[in-house]
Amino acid sequence: VCVHHIRSCSSIRFIKSKYVCLFDKSALKFSHHQRLFRTSPVSCGQIVQFKLSDIGEGITEVTVKEWYIKEGDSVSQFDSICEVQSDKASVTITSRYDGIIRKLHYNLDEIAYVGKPLVDIEIDASKDVAPEEDVVETPAMSHEEHTHQEIKGHKTLATPAVRRLAMENNIKLSEVVGTGKDNRILKEDILNYLAKQTGAILPPSPKAEIIPPLPKAEGGPIALKERKIPVPISRPIAFSGKDKTEAVTGFQKAMVKTMSAALKIPHFGYCDEIDLTQLVQLREELKPLAQTRGVKLSFMPFFIKAASLGLLQYPVLNASLDESCQNITYKASHNIGVAMDTEQGLIVPNVKNVQVCSVFEIATELNRLQSLGSAGQLGTNDLTGGTFTLSNIGTIGGTYTKPVILPPEVAIGALGKIQVLPRFNGKGEIYKAQIMNVSWSADHRIIDGATMARFSNLWKSYLENPASMLLDLK
Amino acid sequence: MALPWALRSCLQRPCVLRSRRAPLGGAAGAGLILQSLSDDVYQNLAVEDWIHEQAGLEDRQVLFLWRNAPAVVVGRHQNPWQECDLRLLRQKGVKLARRRSGGGAVYHDLGNINLTFFTSRTRYERRDNLELVVRALRALSPRLDVRVTERYDIVLGGRYKISGTAAKLGRTAAYHHCTLLCGADKSLLSALLRSPYRGLRSNATASVPSAVRNLVEEDPALTCERLLEAVAEEYAARHHVDRRVTLINPADEAVLPGIHRKTKELQTWEWVYGKTPKFSVSTYFDLTYEDSVLQVKVDMEVKHGKIEVCNIDAPEQWLPPGLCQELAKSLTGSRFCPDEATVLASTWLRTCPRDDELRHKCNLLCENVRMLM
Repeated sequence: VCVHHIRSCSSIRFIKSKYVCLFDKSALKFSHHQRLFRTSPVSCGQIVQFKLSDIGEGITEVTVKEWYIKEGDSVSQFDSICEVQSDKASVTITSRYDGIIRKLHYNLDEIAYVGKPLVDIEIDASKDVAPEEDVVETPAMSHEEHTHQEIKGHKTLATPAVRRLAMENNIKLSEVVGTGKDNRILKEDILNYLAKQTGAILPPSPKAEIIPPLPKAEGGPIALKERKIPVPISRPIAFSGKDKTEAVTGFQKAMVKTMSAALKIPHFGYCDEIDLTQLVQLREELKPLAQTRGVKLSFMPFFIKAASLGLLQYPVLNASLDESCQNITYKASHNIGVAMDTEQGLIVPNVKNVQVCSVFEIATELNRLQSLGSAGQLGTNDLTGGTFTLSNIGTIGGTYTKPVILPPEVAIGALGKIQVLPRFNGKGEIYKAQIMNVSWSADHRIIDGATMARFSNLWKSYLENPASMLLDLK
Repeated sequence: MALPWALRSCLQRPCVLRSRRAPLGGAAGAGLILQSLSDDVYQNLAVEDWIHEQAGLEDRQVLFLWRNAPAVVVGRHQNPWQECDLRLLRQKGVKLARRRSGGGAVYHDLGNINLTFFTSRTRYERRDNLELVVRALRALSPRLDVRVTERYDIVLGGRYKISGTAAKLGRTAAYHHCTLLCGADKSLLSALLRSPYRGLRSNATASVPSAVRNLVEEDPALTCERLLEAVAEEYAARHHVDRRVTLINPADEAVLPGIHRKTKELQTWEWVYGKTPKFSVSTYFDLTYEDSVLQVKVDMEVKHGKIEVCNIDAPEQWLPPGLCQELAKSLTGSRFCPDEATVLASTWLRTCPRDDELRHKCNLLCENVRMLM
């Protein structure tokens, strides 16, 4: 029955499409599970029921776990349609046809039956689909069938070579813009798609063939000048990029909220340069000692402690202004926040009560916060209650910045990178100095420039001459 | 000993062997035994993907042997919150991965070996593979009481599960992989695979818990190394392939082009957590505040790992309902993830001015909501 039908259909292939429309749709459905020969052509948007093929091992039902497409999507042959599960086996069902999905026969978590329709696909009239077979074959057959299929595989959308190129690169043909006749996908289209994916612009492919052969040299140097420089024919590179809109969630949403609130604060900036030559030396000496105690010592603990000492003299920088701007609350604890850049975005945990911590204790706490931060285990306690913030953007780069105050705080400092620069010492000699830039921002409603400048000078003096911190350490 | 280019050409080009097919299952000639040099679960899963998609398996079989540093691996359609103790996992630094095959959650460490049998779709046959493993076990320990069950597990002494199975079927190729417990950390295994999260409702595939036992407890000769060798031998004999094991480095882009992209994909939050089927959380927690205990009810709906609907209900006299609603609103649309919840909750706490007592209460509330994730 099958064979006869094909022969009769293939002879009709060349008749005008209107005649083929008369074919009864049901004639194309075969109840035989093993071989599902589909005749061609289908036309005028013929709907074909794509049945769930045999999973093997005698399994008759599976659960639909995920749909990769929805009604109205266009699919190409070999595109993934859905994921079904049976008894610890997860199966990816791929499309046998090119076309548009018209109906999904099952919802998520419903039981689907082998041999029953899974999706309805509308096949395009102009396509010429070669007869294909169901995946399950008795073993002796499948090898021949594969080669058979490859030889016969003429698809008007893309040639087999192009299909292979797409398959090898895991590209869905339905995602590629075809620039050939009838929207046929050409090799260049695949290459352009790949280029878009990798972010590189590939040279136009026919370049190699276009370069004209160099004219034969006729007597020495003069001929060299006359030699033509091959000019590749420029082809417009098809760019099929699309804008992508997504909702603002998670870390970004948090940042949007915080920074929008910060807009209400009138910021002013104050910047300066710190000579860290002595501190660099001190840290080098103390690093191994801290290591023996199991703590990694960076520059931050020194910056934080010096800031706290400064805040003791200028408590207005460690304060908070209420909503109505009527009252200032001077915070007793110096909970100094340290901006951290994680994979997901910006977080600012704070070190509590720096005013009673030693530099070593601050270093230990920083280590703890850093490891928790990278493991995603920081609690709300670590992230709230800050009164003053330092941001060491210099570890990534930069010199001067304009940091944004994190409400309900009133001041923030951003530290640039440490650079080795020539400076003059007291005797007028040039020496190699380790210079770092600091950029402060403060709330101009309660802090004036003079206060900020004096605080910064004090902080700077502690760091430029670390021994002076000893006098004021509590 | 690895021969990169030879291996690559062997794996990539479809093998055009015209050998006659041997009777049921026994394909003549083409086959390869690979062993991973890495113990990174993501890299090894990426290799599985690579072989499944890129190696020409129409005429060829491949056996892939691998082991992982401590990791919990959930099946394709499972819910990690239902399957394991994520808090303990993060605390212990154990990795979480989602594989592409179905089945239940398992714990891997270096005392567990993984075997993946790659074949063409038509030659996918799980029982045969497991019988092969049983033969390998008996070759090392002839009196070992092991057998394959109907659920494709391997049990020891009729009671203890020593191997679990899962499979993935594609269009032209398929693979079946299974674990084998040699000397894993059983106490960590049972602690990790016990979920503390209550009130979760979903259609995700549930694991079937079983009592487990290590093979070394039964016979100290059954170490991972010996077992890997024995399985390789048995595979070589069964499928008439070269018994030499080729070592591969899952980080080598030259041998396995595209492997970095695959590894990265398996590590993304969107894959590990975001692929969880839709689920709802309906639970409560008790808060101790100044000698009184209050109950707070939480209802959430999570799809693609993101909170779509969030309701937090605390006693009105303790916390104004408006505040609960604000917290719920700030969590909606974000990942069901303690990290993000903490950041969003902190932002909410930071940007809304309130007195110290209310702030303390809000802090307490946030900490507890975070514990649900």
